[in-house]
Amino acid sequence: MSKTMTPELAPPRAVLDQDWGRIGRFGGLIALSLIFVALSNMPVSMETFDLIADQVTLGDVSLWWLLLVAGFAVGKEVVLEGMTTHARGPRDIVAGACTGAVAAAGLSVLAVLIDNFDLRDPLINWSPQTLEKLSLGGSVGSGVVLWLVAGAAIGGVGGSLHVLSERPRRLFVTMLVSVFLIAILETVLSDISEDIALEWLADIVYAKRGGLTIVGVVLVAVLSGAYSWWGRVRAQEAKERFQSLEGADRTRGNAIAFGLVAVATVVLPMVLGGITNELLANVGLFVLLALGLNIVVGLAGILDLGYVAFFAIGGYTTAILTSPNRGESWPDWMPDTPWFAALLLVMVFAALTGLFIGAPVIRMRGDYLAIVTLGFGEIIRLLFLSDWLGGYTGAAQGITNIPGVNVFGLTTVKGTNPQAVFYLVAAFCAVAIYVSWRLEKSRLGRAWMAVREDESVAEAMGINTVNVKLMAFVVGAVLASFSGAIFAAKVGSIFPTSFIILVSIVILVVVIVGGMGNIAGVIAGAVVLIGVLGGPKQPGLLQEFSNFKLLIYGALLIWMMLQKPEGLIPNVRRTRELHQEEFLQDAWLRGEIDTDADPSEGGVAPA
Amino acid sequence: MRHKAAPRTGVDWFLLVLKVAMFSVIGFGLFAFVLQQIDPNNWLAQQINDDATGLTADQFEGLIISGVSQGAMYGLIALGYSMVYGVLGFINFAHGEVFMVGAMTGMITSNKLLEAGAWESNFIASLLFIVMVAVVVSTLTAVVMERVAYRPLRGSPRLIPLITSIGISFFIQNVSVVLLGPGAKAYPDLPDWWTETQTIGFLEVQRTRLLVVVVAAVAMGALWYLVERTKTGKAMRAVAEDKEIASLMGINVNRIIVTTFAVGGAMAGVAGILWGIMFRSVVHTTGFLPGIKAFSAAVVGGIGNLGGAMAGGLTLGTAESVAPLLILEPLGVRGVSQLRDAVAFSALILVLLVKPTGLFGERLSADDRA
Amino acid sequence: MSERLLTIDNLSVTFGGLHALRNLDFHVDQGEIVSVIGPNGAGKTTFFNMISGMVTPTEGDILFKGESLIGLDPNQVTARGIARTFQNVRLFANMTILENVMVAQHCRTKQGLFGALFNTKSFKEEEAAIRAHGEKVLGFFGSRLVGYRLEQPASVLSYANRRRLEIARAMATKPEVILLDEPVAGMNPKESEELTALIGELRSEWGFTVVMIEHDMGVVRDVSDRVVVLDHGETIAQGSYDEVSTNPDVIEAYLGRPAEEAS
Repeated sequence: MSKTMTPELAPPRAVLDQDWGRIGRFGGLIALSLIFVALSNMPVSMETFDLIADQVTLGDVSLWWLLLVAGFAVGKEVVLEGMTTHARGPRDIVAGACTGAVAAAGLSVLAVLIDNFDLRDPLINWSPQTLEKLSLGGSVGSGVVLWLVAGAAIGGVGGSLHVLSERPRRLFVTMLVSVFLIAILETVLSDISEDIALEWLADIVYAKRGGLTIVGVVLVAVLSGAYSWWGRVRAQEAKERFQSLEGADRTRGNAIAFGLVAVATVVLPMVLGGITNELLANVGLFVLLALGLNIVVGLAGILDLGYVAFFAIGGYTTAILTSPNRGESWPDWMPDTPWFAALLLVMVFAALTGLFIGAPVIRMRGDYLAIVTLGFGEIIRLLFLSDWLGGYTGAAQGITNIPGVNVFGLTTVKGTNPQAVFYLVAAFCAVAIYVSWRLEKSRLGRAWMAVREDESVAEAMGINTVNVKLMAFVVGAVLASFSGAIFAAKVGSIFPTSFIILVSIVILVVVIVGGMGNIAGVIAGAVVLIGVLGGPKQPGLLQEFSNFKLLIYGALLIWMMLQKPEGLIPNVRRTRELHQEEFLQDAWLRGEIDTDADPSEGGVAPA
Repeated sequence: MRHKAAPRTGVDWFLLVLKVAMFSVIGFGLFAFVLQQIDPNNWLAQQINDDATGLTADQFEGLIISGVSQGAMYGLIALGYSMVYGVLGFINFAHGEVFMVGAMTGMITSNKLLEAGAWESNFIASLLFIVMVAVVVSTLTAVVMERVAYRPLRGSPRLIPLITSIGISFFIQNVSVVLLGPGAKAYPDLPDWWTETQTIGFLEVQRTRLLVVVVAAVAMGALWYLVERTKTGKAMRAVAEDKEIASLMGINVNRIIVTTFAVGGAMAGVAGILWGIMFRSVVHTTGFLPGIKAFSAAVVGGIGNLGGAMAGGLTLGTAESVAPLLILEPLGVRGVSQLRDAVAFSALILVLLVKPTGLFGERLSADDRA
Repeated sequence: MSERLLTIDNLSVTFGGLHALRNLDFHVDQGEIVSVIGPNGAGKTTFFNMISGMVTPTEGDILFKGESLIGLDPNQVTARGIARTFQNVRLFANMTILENVMVAQHCRTKQGLFGALFNTKSFKEEEAAIRAHGEKVLGFFGSRLVGYRLEQPASVLSYANRRRLEIARAMATKPEVILLDEPVAGMNPKESEELTALIGELRSEWGFTVVMIEHDMGVVRDVSDRVVVLDHGETIAQGSYDEVSTNPDVIEAYLGRPAEEAS
């Protein structure tokens, strides 16, 4: 949104003319967050991850970033029309520094408390290790002083971001983020570099024991800074040019972009090592699940919290059909079906389950539906786990010995070959993307949108809402069952514990963080969350986060709902829905909104 | 609500079949149970449940008592769901976690009291103390939750606060994991007198269970008084009916909503302690299932209806405790105790299919009924 | 004699003891424009809700071309050929204007998953037809809803244009009877005059039968063949505008009892 006017700036306020209450509030809040982070053991357990060799660890950053946020957030102002806006100046730096110091004081207090009292009984991280980390290697007293200084310094840097004009601010932030990302992605990047003969570069950038070298930091900072200073504008222009393409040009542009992504998908796994491929395969499984849930939640607006049920159905059906180790209650004549043949039955069975679960819930209020689907998800898991059906499902022992996928006799896709698994998953993701894309602009997709917007009006306009919603359930179920089928073949065994409610919630987080209703958003969400943090049971790129990933998922979900309910890569329509008023204001400012019709313009009805 | 004369669409038929199937399972199970009680070796039992033994009166009594005490707890938690749904019209999914926080607080406090020696020497006072602490902490949790996450979302599409509450639920669970560790934590042992049984008439009840029921009844009574007899209660009901009009009538809507959360939180805190006393063990997931079941209880009783919430809790608790042995076991289902939760969820589904407004009718504002 | 399209037979509905409508009896013939008038709370909108299947009557019957509509879901009623608008305009605000009229043709079209996924010939043809028909009904209102507006979300429209789009959406369902709930409410005199002419055209050009709830007596007078007056859920008069407007019961319902009688 372009600003239509730049507000007149009043001269900066005096350095000591501060809103001390605000500083106290923000500082206090961040202090509490810092204490929580310290007691969560993040700083200590992430100590081993060097971001900059021998200098900065991920554990340090887990505390520092909050100080930076404190310094920045305290200076944020809402610019209101008609109100005096002061120019930024040293006052902001001081405010940031004060807030940072107040926040850091929280850590100092914690250090003193740990030193003097023993609360290790309920709080497991009330430990000497935490104390040592908080004392910054010295005595508790020196730690206290150091924290105050560090807090003021980092907070001041945060505050000074307000003083900088836009371009240098971007430069600074880009440099900081790039260094952090390059450091954190070390495993993947050095893995790739080996395969494309850039080992020498990796050797310069990364230290032997992990972390960036000083040279690496400078290199990354300079490169990213150069991009930010000179390249960004041009990239922006290119993007706008692309977006303004119309008609055939647009189609061609899209096709090229799509082709590039497809080529990358095919080539990338070849240059990656086993671990990264394993990661990608897991990400792919979740992309598939998320795309399915996206149809249910994003397009049709049905909050299904028991989505894992279809994943489970896909997995178990595949296991029962393909494994010679299926439960002993099955008749002996049951053949060990090949995977692709089994897939047909899996689809049918998933669709039936979709209908079975969908039919009772479809007329319920949205929030009742959420809880009841969650109940169904749990019922299905409990049934798989029970001794009652144990003869068919293996109960807690699950089903093992599931063979891999035999692809036309060429190769067998199974867990030991993550690259092949990835290709298989990618193929199914492509199917899911195609399905979502085609359906969204079809008769069915429009009906889903209408149901999402206003169900009773949709019904009055001739849409059989029950059937249409059931359809969404079924399509979602089938996509999830694909994921389950691949999962079974990949892991080679299947247990009820793989299908806990947590899975449903994680998929929901992926869809919401990525952007409900947007295919690219959902994929990006899965790659970032599952790839970096890891799935409910699957490790992500950053093993250091594995103890905290669920915490982060929860926090992310809350934060997204409060700040960006439309997701990181939003669907235009969804955004409009969630920001109705702002959208209308913008439309009004651009003069697009239609003031009441002038009868002379439209004329009286045409004959 | 529309009344349908006869099923016409495929979905209608399916639902009819489903209902008939569920009721026939219940009916047939009960029938088999009765036969089995008369003669464990009857013809039907020989066919479907070879090792049927039937239940003794003592066993049956035990099931009912454990069901009722469990149900009283569900009822207490359900009050929180019901009140928030009545006033704000969304499911506070994280309410189960408020309950867990109460139970955790109780665990920490009681263990500290044990260390100090007060737990054994002065049990009643200690109990009152841990209830107080748990109530304060739970109430704070609920109020902070409202302030931080729900207030900014008021007026947004109704699924948004629900999704947020799922996030909160998740977040609180994992805060507990990272701060207190993932393992189960034990409450200290109760003095012997409490674990012994008390005879009331012909019933023999473990005293802790009696305590649970009595406390629940007292809490329920206090809540009833608050909602039906005080000015705050009247304001609450007004806000539930129509927030805008209520604020025009000079009611501070924000304050009333906070009060609602606070009262719900306090009830959950009490329930948390009762849980601790009854099962003497807490984990971070303690709140999850009971939370969902309590929500089911609120729905069963008719959401927004406080008496209904308690009645729903008792119904669900009893059903969950009795139904596996009364209905499933006689049908020859193995390992019925594993299916307790599945039975509870099925009960929720059945109630929503047969009577979506709950057994005792819901009380909601006009918007939410739509 | 023209065909009897809609017969309301002894229709009653109660909401918890309150008689919203009592023993309503009347009929609409093919090609008529019938207005339903009455003071606020007379049960007019409830009446529409009943025809369109959103409320089930407690007693009586609604026959459409000789078949009962009782117990049908709203979508089935629409599929039989009765479309409606809403008193408080209810568009799909975040869908584009074109999508609003396209989605309304749902019950007249049938392409499902298969067609959409494989982009079959019949799918493409149907999409084109839906689009063409959508543009045609939008064109009914002149240039206001077409052209660059087609791809804009309905939420940017002005109030009067939202009303027009809602009528277009009802027209898009290819109905035989169109129920208009206060079509000119909130419009200025010029706009309402124009819309009145269009309502006439709904019959003459499109062949729809129109049942309309309206408070603006000028509009009622200009277009209706017959007027039905409701008060407290009961029919107190029906007939031509002139007959009804001079009926003492009607005057009483609107103006209250004359002073000398009341005292």
